[in-house]
Amino acid sequence: MSMDIAVDGLVFTYPSGVTALGGITVSVPAGQRLAIVGQNGAGKTTLVRHFNGIFQPTEGTVRIGDWDTKGRDIAELAARVGYVFQNPDEQLFARSIRDEVGFGPKNLGVPADEIEARVTAALARSGLVGMEDTHPYHLSLSERKRVALASVLAMETPIVVLDEPTTGQDARGVALIGEVVAELAAEGRTVVAITHDMDFCAENFDRVLVMADGRVIADGTPAEAFSRLDALEDAHVEPPQLERLRTELGWAEPVMSVDEFVGQLKTRA
Amino acid sequence: MTGVHYAYPDADHEVLTGVDLSVDAGQVVGIVGASGAGKTTLAKSIAGFIPHSEGGELTGSVVVDGLKVADATLAQVVSRVGLVTQNPFNQISGAKYTVREEIAFGLENLGVPRDEMSERVDAVGTRLGIRELFERSPYALSGGQMQLVAIASMMIMAPRVLVMDEPTSQLDPSGSRLVFDIVNGLADDGTAVVIFEHKLELLREHADVLHVLADGVIARSGSAREVLADPRTDEWGVGSTRFTRAARRAIEQKLLPATTALPVSLEDAKAVFSK
Repeated sequence: MSMDIAVDGLVFTYPSGVTALGGITVSVPAGQRLAIVGQNGAGKTTLVRHFNGIFQPTEGTVRIGDWDTKGRDIAELAARVGYVFQNPDEQLFARSIRDEVGFGPKNLGVPADEIEARVTAALARSGLVGMEDTHPYHLSLSERKRVALASVLAMETPIVVLDEPTTGQDARGVALIGEVVAELAAEGRTVVAITHDMDFCAENFDRVLVMADGRVIADGTPAEAFSRLDALEDAHVEPPQLERLRTELGWAEPVMSVDEFVGQLKTRA
Repeated sequence: MTGVHYAYPDADHEVLTGVDLSVDAGQVVGIVGASGAGKTTLAKSIAGFIPHSEGGELTGSVVVDGLKVADATLAQVVSRVGLVTQNPFNQISGAKYTVREEIAFGLENLGVPRDEMSERVDAVGTRLGIRELFERSPYALSGGQMQLVAIASMMIMAPRVLVMDEPTSQLDPSGSRLVFDIVNGLADDGTAVVIFEHKLELLREHADVLHVLADGVIARSGSAREVLADPRTDEWGVGSTRFTRAARRAIEQKLLPATTALPVSLEDAKAVFSK
Protein backbone atom coordinates (compact mmCIF):
# COMPACT_ATOMS: atom_id res chain seq x y z
CA MET A 1 0.00 0.00 0.00
CA SER A 2 1.26 3.41 -0.91
CA MET A 3 1.92 5.67 2.04
CA ASP A 4 0.64 8.91 0.51
CA ILE A 5 -0.34 11.83 2.72
CA ALA A 6 -3.72 13.32 1.76
CA VAL A 7 -4.88 16.52 3.44
CA ASP A 8 -8.34 17.65 2.43
CA GLY A 9 -10.01 20.89 3.51
CA LEU A 10 -8.05 20.98 6.75
CA VAL A 11 -9.11 23.68 9.19
CA PHE A 12 -7.61 23.83 12.65
CA THR A 13 -8.79 26.13 15.39
CA TYR A 14 -7.11 26.23 18.78
CA PRO A 15 -9.32 25.96 21.89
CA SER A 16 -8.61 29.70 22.36
CA GLY A 17 -10.54 30.34 19.14
CA VAL A 18 -7.49 31.27 17.04
CA THR A 19 -7.65 29.64 13.62
CA ALA A 20 -4.18 28.37 12.74
CA LEU A 21 -5.03 26.58 9.49
CA GLY A 22 -7.68 28.09 7.24
CA GLY A 23 -8.50 25.26 4.81
CA ILE A 24 -5.59 23.29 3.38
CA THR A 25 -5.78 20.70 0.65
CA VAL A 26 -2.55 19.06 -0.38
CA SER A 27 -1.40 15.56 -1.23
CA VAL A 28 2.12 14.27 -0.84
CA PRO A 29 2.91 11.12 -2.83
CA ALA A 30 5.08 8.50 -1.14
CA GLY A 31 8.79 9.11 -1.69
CA GLN A 32 8.50 12.86 -2.23
CA ARG A 33 10.88 15.33 -0.59
CA LEU A 34 8.63 18.20 0.44
CA ALA A 35 9.82 21.42 2.08
CA ILE A 36 7.42 23.79 3.84
CA VAL A 37 8.50 27.42 4.16
CA GLY A 38 6.93 30.57 5.57
CA GLN A 39 7.14 33.08 8.37
CA ASN A 40 7.09 32.12 12.05
CA GLY A 41 3.44 31.66 12.94
CA ALA A 42 2.32 30.78 9.38
CA GLY A 43 0.98 27.39 10.51
CA LYS A 44 3.79 25.13 9.25
CA THR A 45 4.29 23.21 12.48
CA THR A 46 0.53 23.05 13.10
CA LEU A 47 0.07 21.44 9.69
CA VAL A 48 2.72 18.74 10.12
CA ARG A 49 1.53 17.96 13.66
CA HIS A 50 -1.65 16.68 12.03
CA PHE A 51 0.35 13.99 10.23
CA ASN A 52 1.21 12.12 13.41
CA GLY A 53 -1.96 12.90 15.32
CA ILE A 54 -0.61 15.47 17.79
CA PHE A 55 -3.42 17.62 16.43
CA GLN A 56 -6.78 16.42 15.12
CA PRO A 57 -8.56 18.45 12.41
CA THR A 58 -11.30 20.84 13.47
CA GLU A 59 -12.69 20.36 9.95
CA GLY A 60 -11.55 18.30 6.98
CA THR A 61 -9.48 15.13 6.93
CA VAL A 62 -5.88 13.99 7.02
CA ARG A 63 -5.08 10.53 5.65
CA ILE A 64 -1.82 8.66 5.98
CA GLY A 65 -1.95 5.82 3.48
CA ASP A 66 -5.27 4.05 4.12
CA TRP A 67 -5.69 5.52 7.62
CA ASP A 68 -7.75 8.57 8.50
CA THR A 69 -5.87 10.16 11.41
CA LYS A 70 -9.19 10.84 13.12
CA GLY A 71 -9.59 8.22 15.81
CA ARG A 72 -5.96 7.09 15.56
CA ASP A 73 -3.65 8.00 18.42
CA ILE A 74 -0.07 9.23 18.29
CA ALA A 75 1.31 5.80 19.26
CA GLU A 76 -0.42 4.12 16.31
CA LEU A 77 0.55 6.82 13.84
CA ALA A 78 4.16 6.64 15.06
CA ALA A 79 4.55 3.42 13.08
CA ARG A 80 3.93 5.39 9.89
CA VAL A 81 5.10 8.93 10.67
CA GLY A 82 8.36 9.71 12.44
CA TYR A 83 8.43 13.25 13.82
CA VAL A 84 11.61 15.11 14.74
CA PHE A 85 10.75 18.08 16.93
CA GLN A 86 12.24 21.52 16.42
CA ASN A 87 13.33 21.64 20.05
CA PRO A 88 15.05 18.34 20.87
CA ASP A 89 14.45 18.89 24.58
CA GLU A 90 10.73 18.28 23.95
CA GLN A 91 11.64 14.84 22.70
CA LEU A 92 14.69 13.50 24.57
CA PHE A 93 14.32 11.88 27.97
CA ALA A 94 16.50 8.76 28.33
CA ARG A 95 19.79 8.48 30.23
CA SER A 96 21.87 7.20 27.36
CA ILE A 97 21.77 7.74 23.65
CA ARG A 98 21.37 3.96 23.16
CA ASP A 99 18.18 3.95 25.26
CA GLU A 100 16.95 7.12 23.62
CA VAL A 101 17.41 5.94 20.04
CA GLY A 102 16.30 2.38 20.87
CA PHE A 103 13.10 3.50 22.60
CA GLY A 104 10.97 3.89 19.47
CA PRO A 105 11.84 0.55 17.84
CA LYS A 106 11.38 -1.16 21.22
CA ASN A 107 7.85 0.23 21.42
CA LEU A 108 7.20 -1.05 17.93
CA GLY A 109 8.15 -4.54 19.16
CA VAL A 110 11.41 -4.80 17.22
CA PRO A 111 13.61 -7.68 18.54
CA ALA A 112 16.55 -6.70 20.76
CA ASP A 113 19.38 -7.60 18.37
CA GLU A 114 17.74 -5.71 15.55
CA ILE A 115 17.25 -2.69 17.83
CA GLU A 116 21.00 -2.62 18.48
CA ALA A 117 21.70 -2.70 14.74
CA ARG A 118 19.18 0.02 14.06
CA VAL A 119 20.63 2.24 16.81
CA THR A 120 24.14 1.87 15.39
CA ALA A 121 22.95 2.64 11.86
CA ALA A 122 20.83 5.62 12.91
CA LEU A 123 23.70 7.13 14.91
CA ALA A 124 26.10 6.69 11.99
CA ARG A 125 23.66 8.44 9.67
CA SER A 126 23.25 11.30 12.13
CA GLY A 127 26.98 11.89 12.56
CA LEU A 128 27.09 10.45 16.10
CA VAL A 129 29.20 7.33 15.59
CA GLY A 130 30.12 5.49 18.78
CA MET A 131 28.14 7.79 21.10
CA GLU A 132 25.75 5.06 22.35
CA ASP A 133 26.74 5.41 26.01
CA THR A 134 26.75 9.20 26.25
CA HIS A 135 24.05 10.94 28.28
CA PRO A 136 22.01 13.20 25.95
CA TYR A 137 22.40 16.15 28.32
CA HIS A 138 26.17 16.10 27.97
CA LEU A 139 25.72 17.10 24.36
CA SER A 140 25.49 20.46 22.68
CA LEU A 141 22.15 21.63 21.29
CA SER A 142 23.18 20.75 17.73
CA GLU A 143 24.20 17.25 18.83
CA ARG A 144 20.96 16.79 20.77
CA LYS A 145 19.09 17.72 17.61
CA ARG A 146 20.93 14.99 15.77
CA VAL A 147 20.09 12.48 18.54
CA ALA A 148 16.44 13.42 18.07
CA LEU A 149 16.89 12.76 14.34
CA ALA A 150 18.55 9.40 15.00
CA SER A 151 15.68 8.38 17.32
CA VAL A 152 13.24 8.87 14.50
CA LEU A 153 15.45 7.26 11.82
CA ALA A 154 15.67 4.13 14.00
CA MET A 155 11.88 3.78 13.76
CA GLU A 156 12.27 3.23 9.99
CA THR A 157 8.91 4.84 9.29
CA PRO A 158 7.73 5.33 5.70
CA ILE A 159 7.25 9.05 6.41
CA VAL A 160 9.74 11.28 8.25
CA VAL A 161 8.82 14.81 9.35
CA LEU A 162 11.68 17.17 10.21
CA ASP A 163 10.78 20.45 11.95
CA GLU A 164 13.61 22.87 11.22
CA PRO A 165 16.32 20.22 11.07
CA THR A 166 19.20 22.58 10.21
CA THR A 167 18.62 25.03 13.07
CA GLY A 168 21.87 25.55 14.98
CA GLN A 169 23.78 23.09 12.79
CA ASP A 170 27.14 24.14 11.44
CA ALA A 171 28.08 23.73 7.78
CA ARG A 172 28.93 20.05 8.22
CA GLY A 173 25.71 19.39 10.12
CA VAL A 174 23.62 21.01 7.37
CA ALA A 175 25.41 18.94 4.70
CA LEU A 176 24.85 15.78 6.74
CA ILE A 177 21.12 16.45 7.04
CA GLY A 178 20.97 17.03 3.28
CA GLU A 179 22.52 13.57 2.84
CA VAL A 180 19.99 12.01 5.21
CA VAL A 181 17.14 13.54 3.19
CA ALA A 182 18.61 12.16 -0.05
CA GLU A 183 19.12 8.68 1.44
CA LEU A 184 15.58 8.50 2.81
CA ALA A 185 14.17 9.52 -0.55
CA ALA A 186 16.38 6.95 -2.31
CA GLU A 187 14.79 4.30 -0.08
CA GLY A 188 11.36 5.45 -1.21
CA ARG A 189 10.50 7.15 2.08
CA THR A 190 8.73 10.49 2.23
CA VAL A 191 10.50 13.44 3.84
CA VAL A 192 8.54 16.51 4.92
CA ALA A 193 10.73 19.28 6.30
CA ILE A 194 9.94 22.70 7.68
CA THR A 195 12.83 25.04 7.07
CA HIS A 196 13.90 28.67 7.06
CA ASP A 197 17.05 27.81 5.14
CA MET A 198 16.11 28.49 1.54
CA ASP A 199 19.48 27.38 0.15
CA PHE A 200 19.09 24.01 1.88
CA CYS A 201 15.52 23.87 0.59
CA ALA A 202 16.44 24.63 -3.04
CA GLU A 203 19.21 22.03 -3.10
CA ASN A 204 17.57 19.10 -1.31
CA PHE A 205 13.82 19.00 -2.07
CA ASP A 206 11.52 18.12 -5.00
CA ARG A 207 8.70 20.39 -3.98
CA VAL A 208 8.14 23.51 -1.89
CA LEU A 209 4.94 24.65 -0.15
CA VAL A 210 4.91 28.32 0.77
CA MET A 211 2.58 29.08 3.67
CA ALA A 212 1.21 32.33 5.08
CA ASP A 213 -1.56 32.93 7.63
CA GLY A 214 -2.61 29.30 7.78
CA ARG A 215 -2.86 28.78 4.03
CA VAL A 216 -0.75 27.40 1.21
CA ILE A 217 -0.03 30.33 -1.12
CA ALA A 218 2.41 28.68 -3.54
CA ASP A 219 3.19 25.07 -4.36
CA GLY A 220 5.61 23.69 -6.93
CA THR A 221 9.16 22.65 -7.65
CA PRO A 222 11.76 24.85 -5.92
CA ALA A 223 12.31 26.70 -9.21
CA GLU A 224 8.57 27.32 -9.56
CA ALA A 225 7.94 28.25 -5.94
CA PHE A 226 10.93 30.60 -5.74
CA SER A 227 9.83 32.41 -8.87
CA ARG A 228 6.49 33.35 -7.23
CA LEU A 229 7.82 36.62 -5.89
CA ASP A 230 4.35 37.87 -4.89
CA ALA A 231 3.78 34.83 -2.68
CA LEU A 232 7.29 34.94 -1.26
CA GLU A 233 6.77 38.53 -0.25
CA ASP A 234 3.47 37.71 1.49
CA ALA A 235 5.22 34.83 3.28
CA HIS A 236 8.26 37.00 4.19
CA VAL A 237 10.50 34.47 2.48
CA GLU A 238 13.43 35.48 0.38
CA PRO A 239 14.65 33.32 -2.52
CA PRO A 240 17.87 31.30 -2.14
CA GLN A 241 21.18 33.15 -2.49
CA LEU A 242 22.01 32.15 -6.06
CA GLU A 243 18.43 32.71 -7.22
CA ARG A 244 18.65 36.28 -5.90
CA LEU A 245 22.01 36.67 -7.62
CA ARG A 246 20.78 35.48 -11.03
CA THR A 247 17.82 37.86 -10.76
CA GLU A 248 20.22 40.74 -10.03
CA LEU A 249 22.32 39.66 -13.00
CA GLY A 250 19.24 39.66 -15.23
CA TRP A 251 19.47 36.00 -16.17
CA ALA A 252 16.17 34.44 -17.30
CA GLU A 253 16.49 30.85 -16.05
CA PRO A 254 16.06 29.97 -12.36
CA VAL A 255 19.12 28.78 -10.44
CA MET A 256 18.69 26.34 -7.55
CA SER A 257 22.26 25.14 -6.97
CA VAL A 258 25.93 25.98 -7.45
CA ASP A 259 26.01 23.46 -10.34
CA GLU A 260 23.14 25.17 -12.11
CA PHE A 261 24.70 28.57 -11.57
CA VAL A 262 28.08 27.57 -12.96
CA GLY A 263 26.32 25.73 -15.83
CA GLN A 264 24.57 28.93 -16.84
CA LEU A 265 27.72 30.97 -16.38
CA LYS A 266 29.48 28.63 -18.81
CA THR A 267 26.86 29.12 -21.53
CA ARG A 268 27.41 32.86 -21.19
CA ALA A 269 31.21 32.72 -21.30
CA MET B 1 40.05 38.61 27.08
CA THR B 2 43.68 37.55 27.30
CA GLY B 3 45.12 34.05 27.27
CA VAL B 4 41.90 32.44 28.43
CA HIS B 5 41.98 28.71 29.11
CA TYR B 6 38.97 26.86 30.46
CA ALA B 7 37.96 23.29 31.28
CA TYR B 8 34.55 22.23 32.63
CA PRO B 9 34.53 20.61 36.07
CA ASP B 10 35.76 16.99 35.89
CA ALA B 11 36.53 17.33 32.17
CA ASP B 12 39.83 15.90 30.97
CA HIS B 13 40.44 18.53 28.32
CA GLU B 14 40.20 22.28 27.91
CA VAL B 15 37.47 23.74 25.72
CA LEU B 16 39.17 27.14 25.46
CA THR B 17 42.87 26.78 24.90
CA GLY B 18 44.21 30.33 24.85
CA VAL B 19 41.64 32.86 23.64
CA ASP B 20 42.62 36.47 23.06
CA LEU B 21 39.70 38.65 22.11
CA SER B 22 38.85 42.31 22.35
CA VAL B 23 35.59 44.03 21.57
CA ASP B 24 35.18 47.80 21.59
CA ALA B 25 32.09 49.72 22.66
CA GLY B 26 29.95 50.35 19.59
CA GLN B 27 31.32 47.38 17.71
CA VAL B 28 29.49 44.33 16.35
CA VAL B 29 31.81 41.36 16.53
CA GLY B 30 30.77 38.10 14.89
CA ILE B 31 32.17 34.74 15.96
CA VAL B 32 31.85 31.67 13.78
CA GLY B 33 33.04 28.12 14.24
CA ALA B 34 32.04 24.49 13.96
CA SER B 35 29.80 22.86 16.54
CA GLY B 36 32.04 21.85 19.42
CA ALA B 37 34.60 24.60 18.74
CA GLY B 38 33.75 26.21 22.07
CA LYS B 39 31.40 29.01 21.02
CA THR B 40 28.83 28.57 23.78
CA THR B 41 31.65 28.21 26.33
CA LEU B 42 33.22 31.43 25.10
CA ALA B 43 29.85 33.22 25.26
CA LYS B 44 29.35 32.10 28.87
CA SER B 45 32.90 33.15 29.76
CA ILE B 46 32.33 36.68 28.52
CA ALA B 47 29.04 36.84 30.43
CA GLY B 48 30.57 35.55 33.69
CA PHE B 49 28.49 32.36 33.94
CA ILE B 50 31.83 30.66 33.44
CA PRO B 51 33.32 30.17 35.92
CA HIS B 52 30.84 31.76 38.37
CA SER B 53 27.93 29.37 37.96
CA GLU B 54 29.38 26.53 35.89
CA GLY B 55 32.49 26.07 38.04
CA GLY B 56 35.62 24.65 36.44
CA GLU B 57 38.96 26.34 36.14
CA LEU B 58 39.40 29.49 34.09
CA THR B 59 42.88 30.94 33.74
CA GLY B 60 43.92 34.09 31.93
CA SER B 61 42.04 37.32 32.19
CA VAL B 62 38.51 38.42 31.28
CA VAL B 63 37.78 42.11 31.74
CA VAL B 64 34.37 43.51 30.83
CA ASP B 65 33.68 47.22 30.93
CA GLY B 66 36.60 47.69 33.33
CA LEU B 67 35.46 44.89 35.63
CA LYS B 68 37.74 41.90 36.18
CA VAL B 69 35.25 39.03 35.92
CA ALA B 70 37.22 36.64 38.16
CA ASP B 71 37.19 39.12 41.07
CA ALA B 72 33.60 40.30 40.60
CA THR B 73 30.35 38.72 41.69
CA LEU B 74 28.05 37.29 39.04
CA ALA B 75 25.53 40.01 39.91
CA GLN B 76 28.12 42.70 39.09
CA VAL B 77 28.93 41.04 35.78
CA VAL B 78 25.32 40.56 34.68
CA SER B 79 24.55 44.20 35.36
CA ARG B 80 26.97 44.99 32.53
CA VAL B 81 26.65 41.98 30.23
CA GLY B 82 23.47 40.48 28.82
CA LEU B 83 23.58 36.94 27.48
CA VAL B 84 20.97 35.73 25.02
CA THR B 85 21.29 31.96 25.29
CA GLN B 86 21.23 29.50 22.44
CA ASN B 87 18.01 27.77 23.37
CA PRO B 88 15.32 30.40 24.14
CA PHE B 89 13.14 27.70 25.75
CA ASN B 90 15.68 27.59 28.57
CA GLN B 91 15.84 31.35 29.00
CA ILE B 92 12.17 31.83 29.88
CA SER B 93 11.97 32.57 33.61
CA GLY B 94 9.09 30.22 34.39
CA ALA B 95 7.89 32.78 36.91
CA LYS B 96 5.58 34.81 34.68
CA TYR B 97 2.22 34.25 33.01
CA THR B 98 2.40 36.69 30.14
CA VAL B 99 5.01 37.79 27.63
CA ARG B 100 4.69 41.38 28.87
CA GLU B 101 5.55 40.32 32.43
CA GLU B 102 8.33 38.07 31.17
CA ILE B 103 10.02 40.94 29.32
CA ALA B 104 9.57 43.25 32.34
CA PHE B 105 10.93 40.67 34.78
CA GLY B 106 14.55 41.89 34.82
CA LEU B 107 13.56 45.54 35.35
CA GLU B 108 11.06 44.52 38.02
CA ASN B 109 13.87 42.85 39.94
CA LEU B 110 15.81 46.11 39.82
CA GLY B 111 12.85 47.99 41.26
CA VAL B 112 12.30 50.18 38.20
CA PRO B 113 9.12 52.29 38.64
CA ARG B 114 6.04 50.78 37.01
CA ASP B 115 5.43 53.61 34.48
CA GLU B 116 8.97 53.60 33.24
CA MET B 117 8.95 49.81 33.09
CA SER B 118 5.78 49.78 31.04
CA GLU B 119 7.18 52.35 28.59
CA ARG B 120 10.38 50.39 28.13
CA VAL B 121 8.50 47.11 27.59
CA ASP B 122 6.32 48.78 24.95
CA ALA B 123 9.34 50.28 23.21
CA VAL B 124 11.24 47.00 23.04
CA GLY B 125 8.11 45.13 21.98
CA THR B 126 7.50 47.58 19.16
CA ARG B 127 11.10 47.41 17.99
CA LEU B 128 10.96 43.61 17.79
CA GLY B 129 7.42 43.51 16.41
CA ILE B 130 6.06 41.32 19.22
CA ARG B 131 3.50 43.53 20.93
CA GLU B 132 0.68 41.33 19.68
CA LEU B 133 2.17 38.52 21.78
CA PHE B 134 2.18 40.52 25.02
CA GLU B 135 -0.86 38.88 26.61
CA ARG B 136 0.09 35.33 25.59
CA SER B 137 1.80 32.84 27.86
CA PRO B 138 5.57 32.61 27.20
CA TYR B 139 5.06 28.86 26.83
CA ALA B 140 2.40 29.19 24.12
CA LEU B 141 4.84 30.68 21.64
CA SER B 142 6.53 29.18 18.60
CA GLY B 143 10.31 28.76 18.74
CA GLY B 144 10.87 31.91 16.70
CA GLN B 145 8.50 33.99 18.82
CA MET B 146 10.14 32.71 21.99
CA GLN B 147 13.53 33.69 20.62
CA LEU B 148 12.34 37.27 20.02
CA VAL B 149 10.97 37.40 23.59
CA ALA B 150 14.32 36.16 24.93
CA ILE B 151 16.11 38.90 22.96
CA ALA B 152 13.61 41.50 24.22
CA SER B 153 14.19 40.39 27.82
CA MET B 154 17.91 41.09 27.43
CA MET B 155 17.63 44.25 25.32
CA ILE B 156 15.37 45.92 27.86
CA MET B 157 18.16 45.72 30.45
CA ALA B 158 20.30 47.91 28.14
CA PRO B 159 23.53 46.10 29.02
CA ARG B 160 26.84 47.72 28.02
CA VAL B 161 27.85 44.43 26.44
CA LEU B 162 25.39 42.13 24.69
CA VAL B 163 26.43 38.53 24.00
CA MET B 164 24.15 36.59 21.69
CA ASP B 165 24.56 32.85 21.17
CA GLU B 166 22.89 31.98 17.85
CA PRO B 167 20.09 34.50 18.43
CA THR B 168 18.40 33.94 15.06
CA SER B 169 18.50 30.13 14.96
CA GLN B 170 14.71 29.75 15.13
CA LEU B 171 13.82 32.83 13.13
CA ASP B 172 12.61 33.18 9.58
CA PRO B 173 14.74 35.29 7.21
CA SER B 174 12.84 38.52 7.86
CA GLY B 175 13.08 37.97 11.63
CA SER B 176 16.80 37.31 11.33
CA ARG B 177 17.36 40.51 9.38
CA LEU B 178 15.33 42.44 11.92
CA VAL B 179 17.53 41.16 14.77
CA PHE B 180 20.70 42.09 12.91
CA ASP B 181 19.32 45.57 12.12
CA ILE B 182 18.53 46.01 15.81
CA VAL B 183 22.01 44.84 16.75
CA ASN B 184 23.52 47.51 14.50
CA GLY B 185 21.25 50.09 16.13
CA LEU B 186 22.38 49.06 19.62
CA ALA B 187 26.02 49.29 18.52
CA ASP B 188 25.40 52.78 17.14
CA ASP B 189 24.23 53.70 20.63
CA GLY B 190 27.51 52.42 22.09
CA THR B 191 26.71 48.82 23.05
CA ALA B 192 29.44 46.27 22.41
CA VAL B 193 27.83 43.28 20.71
CA VAL B 194 29.32 39.81 20.39
CA ILE B 195 27.22 37.56 18.18
CA PHE B 196 27.77 33.85 17.60
CA GLU B 197 26.11 32.90 14.32
CA HIS B 198 26.10 30.45 11.42
CA LYS B 199 24.38 32.86 8.99
CA LEU B 200 27.38 34.07 7.03
CA GLU B 201 25.58 36.37 4.63
CA LEU B 202 24.12 38.35 7.53
CA LEU B 203 27.50 38.55 9.26
CA ARG B 204 29.03 39.92 6.07
CA GLU B 205 26.36 42.60 5.99
CA HIS B 206 26.24 43.50 9.68
CA ALA B 207 29.43 42.60 11.59
CA ASP B 208 32.36 45.00 11.86
CA VAL B 209 34.83 42.25 12.68
CA LEU B 210 34.65 38.48 12.35
CA HIS B 211 36.60 35.89 14.32
CA VAL B 212 36.84 32.17 13.69
CA LEU B 213 36.91 29.99 16.80
CA ALA B 214 38.48 26.61 16.08
CA ASP B 215 39.67 24.07 18.65
CA GLY B 216 39.37 26.57 21.47
CA VAL B 217 41.44 29.39 19.96
CA ILE B 218 40.78 32.32 17.65
CA ALA B 219 42.14 30.92 14.40
CA ARG B 220 41.47 33.91 12.16
CA SER B 221 40.27 37.50 12.52
CA GLY B 222 39.44 40.27 10.09
CA SER B 223 36.58 41.74 8.14
CA ALA B 224 33.87 39.22 7.27
CA ARG B 225 34.85 39.46 3.62
CA GLU B 226 38.50 38.64 4.34
CA VAL B 227 37.75 35.85 6.79
CA LEU B 228 35.04 34.15 4.76
CA ALA B 229 37.21 34.16 1.63
CA ASP B 230 39.90 32.20 3.49
CA PRO B 231 40.40 28.76 1.90
CA ARG B 232 40.37 27.18 5.38
CA THR B 233 36.68 27.90 6.10
CA ASP B 234 35.70 24.29 5.32
CA GLU B 235 38.51 22.94 7.49
CA TRP B 236 37.23 25.13 10.36
CA GLY B 237 33.69 23.86 9.79
CA VAL B 238 32.49 27.40 9.11
CA GLY B 239 31.32 26.67 5.56
CA SER B 240 30.77 29.38 2.99
CA THR B 241 27.90 31.20 1.30
CA ARG B 242 26.64 29.95 -2.08
CA PHE B 243 28.11 33.14 -3.54
CA THR B 244 31.57 32.06 -2.39
CA ARG B 245 31.03 28.45 -3.48
CA ALA B 246 29.85 29.51 -6.94
CA ALA B 247 32.88 31.78 -7.36
CA ARG B 248 35.29 29.06 -6.24
CA ARG B 249 33.76 26.63 -8.74
CA ALA B 250 33.88 29.26 -11.48
CA ILE B 251 37.55 29.88 -10.75
CA GLU B 252 38.27 26.13 -10.89
CA GLN B 253 36.59 25.97 -14.28
CA LYS B 254 38.51 29.06 -15.42
CA LEU B 255 35.30 31.06 -15.82
CA LEU B 256 36.71 33.70 -13.45
CA PRO B 257 40.33 34.83 -13.03
CA ALA B 258 42.21 33.05 -10.23
CA THR B 259 42.89 36.43 -8.62
CA THR B 260 39.18 37.18 -8.11
CA ALA B 261 38.38 38.40 -4.59
CA LEU B 262 35.85 35.83 -3.40
CA PRO B 263 32.34 37.24 -2.88
CA VAL B 264 30.49 36.63 0.38
CA SER B 265 27.28 38.64 -0.03
CA LEU B 266 24.87 39.37 -2.86
CA GLU B 267 26.46 42.78 -3.45
CA ASP B 268 29.95 41.28 -3.64
CA ALA B 269 28.75 38.54 -5.99
CA LYS B 270 26.93 40.96 -8.26
CA ALA B 271 30.14 42.92 -8.70
CA VAL B 272 32.18 39.78 -9.41
CA PHE B 273 29.80 38.08 -11.84
CA SER B 274 28.50 41.07 -13.78
CA LYS B 275 31.95 41.62 -15.28
